[in-house]
Amino acid sequence: MSATPFHLAVALDGAGWHPAAWREPDARPRDLLTAQYWLDLVRESERGLLDLVTIEDGLALQSADPYRPDERTDQVRGRLDAVLIASRVAPRTEHIGLVPTAVVTHTEPFHLSKAIATLDYVSSGRAGVQVRVSLKEHEAKLFGRRTIPPVTPADPAVGPLIADAFAEATDYVEVLRRLWDSWEDDAEIRDVATGRFVNRAKLHYIDFEGAHFSVRGPSITPRPPQGQPIVSALAHQAVPFELVGSSADIGWVTPRDAAHAEEIVAEIRCAQTSAGREEETVHVFGDLVVFLDEDAHTAQARKARLDDLSGEEYRSDATVFTGTPAGLADLLAEWQDAGLTGFRLRPGALPHDLTAITRGLVPELQARGLFRTAYEADTLRGLLGLPRPANRYAGPTAAA
Amino acid sequence: MAQKQIHLAAHFPGVNNTTVWSDPAAGSHIEFRSFARFAQAAERGKFDFLFLAEGLRLREQNGQIYDLDVVGRPDTFTVLAALAAVTEKLGLTGTINSTFNEPYEVARQFASLDHLTDGRAAWNVVTSWDAFTGENFRRGGFLAQDQRYERARTFLQTTFELFDSWRGDEVVADQENGTFLADANAGAFRHSDEHFDIAGRFGVPRSPQGRPVIFQAGDSDEGREFAASSADVIFSRHSTREAGQAFFADVKGRLPKYGRTAEQLLIMPAATFVIGDTDAEAAELAHEVRRQQVSGQTAIRSLEQVWNRDLSDLDPDGPLPQFDPVVGENHVAQGRASVRMHKDPLATAATWRALAEAKQLSIRELMVEVTARQSFVGSPATVAATIDDFVQSDAADGFVLVPHITPSGLDPFVDRVVPLLQERGVFRADYAGTTLRDHLGLAFPG
Repeated sequence: MSATPFHLAVALDGAGWHPAAWREPDARPRDLLTAQYWLDLVRESERGLLDLVTIEDGLALQSADPYRPDERTDQVRGRLDAVLIASRVAPRTEHIGLVPTAVVTHTEPFHLSKAIATLDYVSSGRAGVQVRVSLKEHEAKLFGRRTIPPVTPADPAVGPLIADAFAEATDYVEVLRRLWDSWEDDAEIRDVATGRFVNRAKLHYIDFEGAHFSVRGPSITPRPPQGQPIVSALAHQAVPFELVGSSADIGWVTPRDAAHAEEIVAEIRCAQTSAGREEETVHVFGDLVVFLDEDAHTAQARKARLDDLSGEEYRSDATVFTGTPAGLADLLAEWQDAGLTGFRLRPGALPHDLTAITRGLVPELQARGLFRTAYEADTLRGLLGLPRPANRYAGPTAAA
Repeated sequence: MAQKQIHLAAHFPGVNNTTVWSDPAAGSHIEFRSFARFAQAAERGKFDFLFLAEGLRLREQNGQIYDLDVVGRPDTFTVLAALAAVTEKLGLTGTINSTFNEPYEVARQFASLDHLTDGRAAWNVVTSWDAFTGENFRRGGFLAQDQRYERARTFLQTTFELFDSWRGDEVVADQENGTFLADANAGAFRHSDEHFDIAGRFGVPRSPQGRPVIFQAGDSDEGREFAASSADVIFSRHSTREAGQAFFADVKGRLPKYGRTAEQLLIMPAATFVIGDTDAEAAELAHEVRRQQVSGQTAIRSLEQVWNRDLSDLDPDGPLPQFDPVVGENHVAQGRASVRMHKDPLATAATWRALAEAKQLSIRELMVEVTARQSFVGSPATVAATIDDFVQSDAADGFVLVPHITPSGLDPFVDRVVPLLQERGVFRADYAGTTLRDHLGLAFPG
């Protein structure tokens, strides 16, 4: 049987995902807030023919503690808005998808919708977004609009909080999508004879009403080139799996092994069916943190050195792979058989592990027939094998 | 005495009838290549900055989306970040509403934009508060008109506290010693007042300009006071010579009580322009442009904005109506700041009637005349001399130019007028600095 190529993304975050990555000799810790730093990383990713890059973001200053701020001074602190980084690199790249992270808990869906639509315009159809829920007390205080109690996963209060935050996120994505469709593709007519710039019968109020917000519409930004930019979310458990199944184009998931991957995929497919989306393509990408070198010992020694610098062993929500590009290719092929349609690799250190992906892993996958040898489409939807969707508001009954 | 140096900016045309979208040369108002071409023309002309307006709901008239002008525009922050990739020195000014945003997020976006542009970001702070626009946002239409400047002031003050929460020397990134931050509390802030109660650590270290250059566009007494206390540039409407001088003297006169000098607040009115080989040719061209901008339909819709009622039955080539405007809250036009300029519609109607009678003008002819923005019309030499005269006589510090063709409309000014201003020694031959503060001669915040 011939191999089926899978999709490949990288997740960019600061100097890399290991907290001591900024101390590596080839790291550029003083450049993290410059456009050139990000442009270099995204161009390298594009050289490797990757489907897309995601760019991590969050409202608060980074913290090593998942629930509270910290006062550490030995790790990267400070970052730029990911949507604006993506937009800044868009005109200087050609093929690769640009998927910034955006927090959907305290922010305005109207603003984010037009921001991602605009990213789609400036990138000629390569935009997406990774939606992220904020359940942190200290992030709520940055906005001062609502109070979120301090909770940890062990807390019984956390269940309803998560359910509410994800219900809001589901509404939020619904508003993003309705606003993207609120202009039909041919709404702009420039009809000199009648003096009309638009056909207002093709502009639509979205009239969304939910528990956390109501949005009237239409968007101020015309429908973006892809029609619907890509929506994605990181998902570790049942509630976020439902968000992926009902609302997303890509779910980023964190399997421990192939069997776990199979369970996760089954859960997401089930959520997809419950949402009535069984005919639609929803990609499930496995996330891995990677430390890659020519031989496995070097990779292990490098990771151990980074662990020593940070004073503790690096742990992640995702599986940490330390080894060779060929070894990683073996693992990805095995996990693909479990039903994953792609992978998102989180480079342990930048630029080292990104270069190892683009110049080591990618040729290895190409040789096995598991990855593209040239970009085959001009848009991110095209790279992901997704058609340009029909507009929910267009149709015979919507005619002027 | 040394001549004043002129500041020039380019306004990517917004969603009003300045743009003659029916012209064969008119391009897209949404495709990025239009923005890139326009910005690159401004940079070729060594302009100080590009300016983008914003409106957060599509305009409506008589309960329907207004369809006669350009409709639709990109997200301000996102398109400015992309424009930084295709320009090197040009300042990038975005209009961002202080009502339908939160200080933490706006500060984060402007600090990010200032980093990504290497110090070229500016923020035109506006305060529209209407319930109509509020229907697109979480807060809805929550703010009484008399509170809007107070909220805008405290919003701006709060963002300044966030920008200043990093001094600029905290990120040391010492790889050898493992010290990334020199200060364990960098970015800490706490702000509490009637409008905002927020605390934490700001997520973006200090940007190249310290904070973005601040623009203000309001014209009321409160707006002028707000500008005198907090803004770096006023984007003004008073662009005729006499009105400009009066506005200039008034606003600059308010600065001393805030301990500020005249150079610390620049006044840059908006202006259109029409250039011809001769003054006569330009005048003829300008008249044609005005006719294109004010079609019969547009004239009726403009009249409705003052009469505050549906006037679809009127003939634009006929006389003004005998009946008076409906006094009270304007329900005819929504999402349009200009309706607030006609505070006394009965007085406006009386003035217009007198003018129409004296000059024997139809509705359309009247609208061509009374809705005109300040326009520099003439040969390149005339336009250069007029602009220079306005600036030297303290009617303005420079102008924000709004072409009537997108995206190529700036070219005649850049190619034919800018060289003459440079010859006069009143406009830079090249950029002396790299940041927008450098271009505007503004100090960096301490």
